[in-house]
Amino acid sequence: MATNQEIADRLGAQFGARVLVSAAVDGQLLVSTRREEQPALLRFLKEEAGLEFNMIMDLFGVDYLEMGGEERYGVVYNLYSLPHNHRLRVRVWVPENDPRLESAVNLWAAADWAEREVFDMYGITFTGHPNMTRILCPDDFSGFPLRKDFPLQGVGYRENFEKIENPKTQ
Amino acid sequence: MNSQERSFDTPETDFYDFVYQPQEERLFLNFGPSHPATHGTLRLLLELDGEHIVNCTPEIGYLHHGFEKLGEYRTYNQVVTITDRMNYVSPFNNNLAYILPVEALFGIQVSKRAQYFRIILAELGRIMDHAICIGTHAMDLGAFTALLYFVRERENIYNLFELLTGTRLTVSYARVGGFARDRGIPDTFFPLLQTVLDGLPKAIDEVDKLLSHNSIYLGRTREVGIITPEAAASYGITGPCLRGSGVPFDLRKAAPYSSYEDFDFDIPVGNTGDVWDRYMVRLEEMRQSIRIIQQAVDHFPEGDLYVDSDSKVILPTKNEVYGSIEGLIHQFEIIMLNRGARAVKGEAYIPTEAPNGELGYHVISNEGNGPYRFRVRPPSFYNFQIIPSLLRGRLLPDTVAVLSSLNIIAGELDR
Repeated sequence: MATNQEIADRLGAQFGARVLVSAAVDGQLLVSTRREEQPALLRFLKEEAGLEFNMIMDLFGVDYLEMGGEERYGVVYNLYSLPHNHRLRVRVWVPENDPRLESAVNLWAAADWAEREVFDMYGITFTGHPNMTRILCPDDFSGFPLRKDFPLQGVGYRENFEKIENPKTQ
Repeated sequence: MNSQERSFDTPETDFYDFVYQPQEERLFLNFGPSHPATHGTLRLLLELDGEHIVNCTPEIGYLHHGFEKLGEYRTYNQVVTITDRMNYVSPFNNNLAYILPVEALFGIQVSKRAQYFRIILAELGRIMDHAICIGTHAMDLGAFTALLYFVRERENIYNLFELLTGTRLTVSYARVGGFARDRGIPDTFFPLLQTVLDGLPKAIDEVDKLLSHNSIYLGRTREVGIITPEAAASYGITGPCLRGSGVPFDLRKAAPYSSYEDFDFDIPVGNTGDVWDRYMVRLEEMRQSIRIIQQAVDHFPEGDLYVDSDSKVILPTKNEVYGSIEGLIHQFEIIMLNRGARAVKGEAYIPTEAPNGELGYHVISNEGNGPYRFRVRPPSFYNFQIIPSLLRGRLLPDTVAVLSSLNIIAGELDR
């Protein structure tokens, strides 16, 4: 088990100032980076001896519209190493005008559905993904529900359904 | 005539010209969304060649509620009621998994007594979940008796929760800084818990004797749906499904939370990772859960169940509310929707070992009285992805065995 400090040192030696390493409230490492570094960083974390983050526990998006961040969206990779029992979170900033990111399906099979969910909820497309379609919402749904500018109520797809009138009541 | 080109509009005369060609016959079968063996609304689109499954496409989202969106519009304590509805078979484990990161954001440390009490309830939830998983799994394979034995025991555990919280299914019992302050722990709780604990091993042994080495059951489950450790790691599979493959990964040992490090228990693991191994892991985990609860009851610490009212996150006692102006203001501060306790800016994620696997709530706070982003790491969602590769090349009846051994809870799968 590598301590947080050791992981941070190794990341600093490999990537320098291109990644920003900090500690979250719960004591876990949080590595922030821009999307240009994302493929190399994830591959390094997966394959580097001593780190070997062989499980992706979670992958989700965050909309920083009201909170303020480097970019509008963040995609968080929650990585875990089964042989070493250490954890790490990677946050990749995704700009609003071009929401696009490299897919991690070839590194972890679990990223498949998780990336589809991020696409479904935030409209961030993952290049290289085999099946970039909606997963939870219906295929003909328009809009991305977890964006902060999507209202909680008032927008739905019920109006798309054909309205069936009961002739007896008319 | 090719079977796939034949339309149902074909005149009847042509129909009798139809020649059966087994090599080209592909049957598409919808397994679900409403099927007795899915135990929830999920759909598998199966492509069959005779009785062999050629391909399987899972289709999810039928039970999508938008819980994550809803959670962004609720205060921290109101979100607890949403978490119950995710995995309604073990509701308190969801409460606990959500409350831990929120307490980390507030910087609250609850007392040992509260931590132990949470462990007792979480392990009862694990027993309920495993009991229903094994029971319905056996029922789907034609052994109805196991479900009856376990439903009887689950009923007793439901009675315990009813005594404590007033509800049976969606308990919503945890709160930031302790528990819902209704009336504390009733005097009758621990004697009743002891009778439940005394009765449980008998039911588990009965099911063990009936089912575990039954030759029909073995034939349906041995060497079926094998998950290799490598595939499990790549697919993010956790919980009994991972331990059935022989990987001793249990978050109660790997990253103890809520004082799990005080307890002595074993992690059961399987050998081959087939359906039978997952069943045996669950059965043994129920015995280990009883051990944990017994230890917690025997060494139940003294102290307060709730954090100090001065921390301004938990409701004051009724004496304080009616007896002092500070208590009254404090009560209003928490109850009013535009007020409430505010966490620091930041994010927290504390993984917990839920009955299905790693369950964690990633809570991001923007100094509001509720989460800015509320993300669930649902174990069912990640455990379910592997199912096409488990079913390809198998027989159709294996679908039921594999699906029920993964214990997919649709509320958690689709959120």
